[in-house]
Amino acid sequence: MKNSKKNIVLKTENLSIGYQQKKSTKIVISEINLEIKKGKLVAVLGKNGIGKSTLLRTLSKVQKPLLGKIFINQKNIHELSEKELSTELSLVLTERLPESQLTVYELIAIGRQPYTNWIDKLCATDVEKIEIAIKQTEIEHLKNSRFHELSDGQLQRVLIARALAQDTEIIILDEPTAHLDMHHTIKIFSLLKELVSKTQKTIIISSHEINLAIQLADEMMLLSSDTFHFGTPTELIKANAFTRLFPKELVTFDKTLAQFVITKI
Amino acid sequence: MSVILIVFFFLNIRFGSVSIPFKDIFNILFGGDISKDSWETIIINFRVPKAITAILVGSGLSVCGLLMQTLFRNPLAGPFVLGISSGASLGVAILILGSSVFGGAFLTSTLSNLSLPIAASFGAFLVLSSVIFAANKVRNTMSILIIGLMFGSLTSAIISVLAYFCEAAQIQQYLFWSFGSLGNLSWNELIIFTCIYSVGIIGTIFVIKPLNSLLLGENYAKSLGINVKKSRNIILLITSLLTGVITAFSGPIAFVGLAVPHIAKIIFSSSNHKILLPATAIIGAIILLICDSIAQLPTSEYTLPINAITSLFGAPIVIWLLVRKKKLYV
Repeated sequence: MKNSKKNIVLKTENLSIGYQQKKSTKIVISEINLEIKKGKLVAVLGKNGIGKSTLLRTLSKVQKPLLGKIFINQKNIHELSEKELSTELSLVLTERLPESQLTVYELIAIGRQPYTNWIDKLCATDVEKIEIAIKQTEIEHLKNSRFHELSDGQLQRVLIARALAQDTEIIILDEPTAHLDMHHTIKIFSLLKELVSKTQKTIIISSHEINLAIQLADEMMLLSSDTFHFGTPTELIKANAFTRLFPKELVTFDKTLAQFVITKI
Repeated sequence: MSVILIVFFFLNIRFGSVSIPFKDIFNILFGGDISKDSWETIIINFRVPKAITAILVGSGLSVCGLLMQTLFRNPLAGPFVLGISSGASLGVAILILGSSVFGGAFLTSTLSNLSLPIAASFGAFLVLSSVIFAANKVRNTMSILIIGLMFGSLTSAIISVLAYFCEAAQIQQYLFWSFGSLGNLSWNELIIFTCIYSVGIIGTIFVIKPLNSLLLGENYAKSLGINVKKSRNIILLITSLLTGVITAFSGPIAFVGLAVPHIAKIIFSSSNHKILLPATAIIGAIILLICDSIAQLPTSEYTLPINAITSLFGAPIVIWLLVRKKKLYV
C-alpha cells in the first residue's frame, strides 16, 4: 500500500478549474479527483473548447484553480516555487516560438536552465542529459540546424527533446500533433509511448486523436460538457463514457471496434 | 573584434580639425617627447574623452536595443520605442524651452553643464517609472510596447507645445542638443557617465540566462523556473538607466539601438545572448567610433551632427543586410 502511494506522481483533490472574472466565475470542470502513477501515458480528450487546455494550464500552474489542490510527488504545487516546480514538470506548448536563430542543440540546452548556475554554464551532467534527450527522440541529424528551418513534425520532436532534457518526472504536452499528418502523428504517439516505458516518466498529452489514444494511452481523461471521466481505455469503454464525448448525430462510438465511426446518413 | 575596436579607437583620436600624427599620439598617451604642447591638450582633454564617450554610447545603446528586442520578442524594438529617450528629451526641453516660457526661475545663463544631464535623467526616469508601473498592471508584453510608444508621442507633443511658445534662441539651443554630440564632456562628467554605464552593463551579465529562456516565450521561461516578472523589471531598469544616462550626456542618438543588434545577429548568426551581448556591445562601439570620425570631416574645420551621420550611413547598411539575408530575427 505504502509502495503504491509512492508511485503516485500527480494527484488532484476536489479540483475545480475555470476562469475568475471580475464579477462572475466561469467553472469549466469541477470536482476533479484523480491519481496518476509513475510511468503512464495519459491522454486528455474532448471536443474543441471543452477545457482541455484550461485543465493542462491549471495542472502546470500557468493558471490558478478555482478550488481544490494539486499535488506533484506529494507536494502541493502552489507551495512550490517556480524553480522547484521546473524540476518536477516540463511543458510542450502549442504556441509558436518567437523567430530566433537558436540551433536545435541550443534550444534543447535551454531545457537545462533549472540546473545550471547563474551564468547558464553547461556542466558534464547537463551535456550528457542533452545528448540522451537527442538520442531518445532520434534527432541527432538535426542537432546543428536552426529550429525555424524544421518541419512541424521535426520541431515537435525537438520540443519533446527539450522537455526530456529538463529531466522532470512529468511532461505535459498540449496538442503536440495538431499540425501533423497521420504518419507523423503516429510517430509522435509511438515515441511518447516508448519514452514512457523506457524512462518511467509520466506523460500527459491533450489530443484529438481519439482512436489512436484508445490504442496507445494507459489512462484517459474524458471531458464533456457535463461530465469528467478518468480511467483506463477499457474501463471507460465499459462505462459507456465515450458516447457522451460528441453529439450523437454525426459520430457514434462502436464498442466492439473500440473506435468512433461516422453515423450513416 | 576587440583588436578592430582598438584600431578604430586610435583612428578616431587621430582625425580631427587639427591633424596629429600617430607617433605623437602614442607619445602623449604613454609618456614621451611631445612636439607641440597644444596637441597634448587636444588629445587629453578633447579627443580621448570623445572617443571614450563614443564607445560608451555606441555599446550602451546597442545593448539596450538587444535587451528590448528579446524582451518584447520584436525585431523592431529599441530604446526609443519604450519612450525612454523621449522622456530624456522632455526633461531637456522643459529645462531649455521652459526657461523662456516660464521665465524667471531658470534663466539660460544659469544652465550649467550638469543641469542638462540631470534634467534628461530625470525625464528618462519619469517615463521609465510610468512604463514599469504600467508593465506591472498589464501582463502582455506587446501592450507595454504600445504604452511605451504612446509615452513617446505624448512627450513629443508636449515638446512641440513648449516650442510653439518660446523664443527662437531657445529652440535653436534645444535643436543643437537633439542633434546629438559626443564631445563637450569633461573628465569629471565622463567619470560619472562611466560609473552609471558600468552598473548597467554589469547588470546585463546577470540577465543572460533569463534572456535566453525568453527566446522561447514567456510561458516556457516560466516553466523553466525563471521569475519572468522580476527579470522583466530588471531588464527594463537596466535599459532605462543606460538610455537615460546616454541620452543625458550625448543627446538622443538614433538608429544605433535598433540596427546594431541586427548587424550582430547577422554577422554571428546566433541568438545566444552569451555571444550576442559582447558582440553587440563591441560592434556598437566600433560603429559609433566610425560615425564620429566621419562626422569630424577629417582635415576640415566643420563637424556634422552625429545623429545625422549614424542614420545616414547606418540605414543603408541595414537595408543592404536585410535585402541580402531577407529575414530579421528576435
